[in-house]
Amino acid sequence: MFEIGLSHYLSVAAILFTLGILGIFLNKKNVIVILMSVELILLAVNINLVTFSTHLGDLVGQIFSIFVLTVAAAEAAIGLAILVIFFRNRGSIAVEDINAMKG
Amino acid sequence: MSELPNLTPALPELFMAAVALTLLMVGVFMKGEAKKVTRFVSYLATGAMILALLLVTAFSTTAGTTFNGLFITGAFPAFAKVLILGASALTLLMSRDFFENARVSRFEYPVLAILATLGMMMMVSANDLIALYMGLELQSLSLYVMASIMRNDLRSTESGLKYFVLGALASGMLLYGSSLVYGFAGTTNFEAMAELFAHEQGVHGPSVGLIFGIVFVMVGLAFKVSAVPFHMWTPDVYEGAPTPVTAFFATAPKVAALSLFVFVMMGAFGDLAAQWQQIVIFISVASMALGAFAAVAQSNIKRLMAYSSIGNVGYMLIGLAVGGAVAHGVETQQNGIESMLVYLTIYVVMTLGTFGCILAMKRSGTHVENINDLAGLSKSNPLMAAALAIFMFSMAGIPPLAGFFGKLYVFQAALEAGLVVLAVIGVLTSVVGCYYYIRLIKIMYFDDAEDELDRNVGKEIKLVVAAAAIVILAFFIYPSLITDSAAAAAAGLFAG
Repeated sequence: MFEIGLSHYLSVAAILFTLGILGIFLNKKNVIVILMSVELILLAVNINLVTFSTHLGDLVGQIFSIFVLTVAAAEAAIGLAILVIFFRNRGSIAVEDINAMKG
Repeated sequence: MSELPNLTPALPELFMAAVALTLLMVGVFMKGEAKKVTRFVSYLATGAMILALLLVTAFSTTAGTTFNGLFITGAFPAFAKVLILGASALTLLMSRDFFENARVSRFEYPVLAILATLGMMMMVSANDLIALYMGLELQSLSLYVMASIMRNDLRSTESGLKYFVLGALASGMLLYGSSLVYGFAGTTNFEAMAELFAHEQGVHGPSVGLIFGIVFVMVGLAFKVSAVPFHMWTPDVYEGAPTPVTAFFATAPKVAALSLFVFVMMGAFGDLAAQWQQIVIFISVASMALGAFAAVAQSNIKRLMAYSSIGNVGYMLIGLAVGGAVAHGVETQQNGIESMLVYLTIYVVMTLGTFGCILAMKRSGTHVENINDLAGLSKSNPLMAAALAIFMFSMAGIPPLAGFFGKLYVFQAALEAGLVVLAVIGVLTSVVGCYYYIRLIKIMYFDDAEDELDRNVGKEIKLVVAAAAIVILAFFIYPSLITDSAAAAAAGLFAG
């Protein structure tokens, strides 16, 4: 019977993390997608932390993941707030329109 | 029945947190026009930072831990905290003139500055991956908002957005690394990790997962110190953010992130130096080279300072690379960290002074930031031109100014540890750097101005610029004032 072990959980987290990174760099359309990718990265981290926590029989990892969840909420709030004021000035949130400064 | 932990080591941080909440209330409920309220809150915040600085020197210099070992004090964190608080207080003081000119009076700005500073203090005192992350996020979240504080200005909001996206990515990488380190080391505590790695080394060597984790943590930290190849946010954010915010970004968070970088690498992963020293050497060389060559073509002075700060981070990372030279003994390592701390201190003073001069660049009341706007400054405002010339000569590394000694110490430490290539590349890139620093002086003294810059400069700015110029000029008379405390801080890092 196929058994799901530590490495499977870690692989899922690694795939989610990679998807998040790719989502930030390959995305050419919308900043909202970038915010979603950031959330994806943080969720990958949480899966990692909880997996290790159960594997090690140590609670610290789960406490860490609760801290990460809290901070992720604050981060999303601030990110959306900045996005709103940017939209007011620029009238667009397309990634290609974030170009007032070169680079 | 749980007991209250001993809070004395964290007294400055608790004080700052209380001040931030109080000032928020003061700002909301105080009656009067916005400008007066902002000025009042801003002065109180500056005073609180100076008071916290005194508290740090009184309570946090001796080694101690609290909050179940998550929070640590000692000579090294105290040195970093003094620098952070000093830089924050002075940049906050300089910001008043700019924001009143721009007719942006928001009392939230000083409150955010206090919260960001608190985050930095937590960062340098962190003794655990969780504490590190919480401090880093408190700092970063405040900085994102500070960058976009002028919410009707496109460039300010855009810089905030860019900083947010790349900062969040960096935090994600750091976290992913932290989770791997936790999984493969079985602990998040730095002391426990150091002990573990000291014993594990001989048997099998570190596992691949652990090295992956350390690399991800380093990537996250390199983002925060804006070292190449993770520097891409720096020029845009520095250019777009309001000038006082840029001045703040270039000083206090740099100190915090670099101290954290050193503390994590030397403290937790000190025994794995063979694994990470090569990476530090690479990012150091890349930062020095990019800082020197990319700055040449810039016309915006804030963008120029961004590349300059990338280059300076490269020089400081030489010190960390020396810190990783385990084969040369503890004394050499300690010298490396000491030279880095001296360089860091001098860099902060030079940067504060330079940004004071940039904040004074106004033409008929509006701020300008093009390098060519400096033309003719030697005639319209000879004192300011002289001060900026001192800072530029110092950054270029001309003796007997402080910047020369900073570089000298770092290169000496590199030679001592056998990192000859690093020292040679450092000297070569600082020669290239001379070109753009001295070009500013040429523009000030030998080019004719079409329109003169305004002569009236805010009194706080004058004060900071004068003080910074004196420190830079007089450093060689009494260098032990800075070097002794840096040596004590470096020794504190190796004692524990």
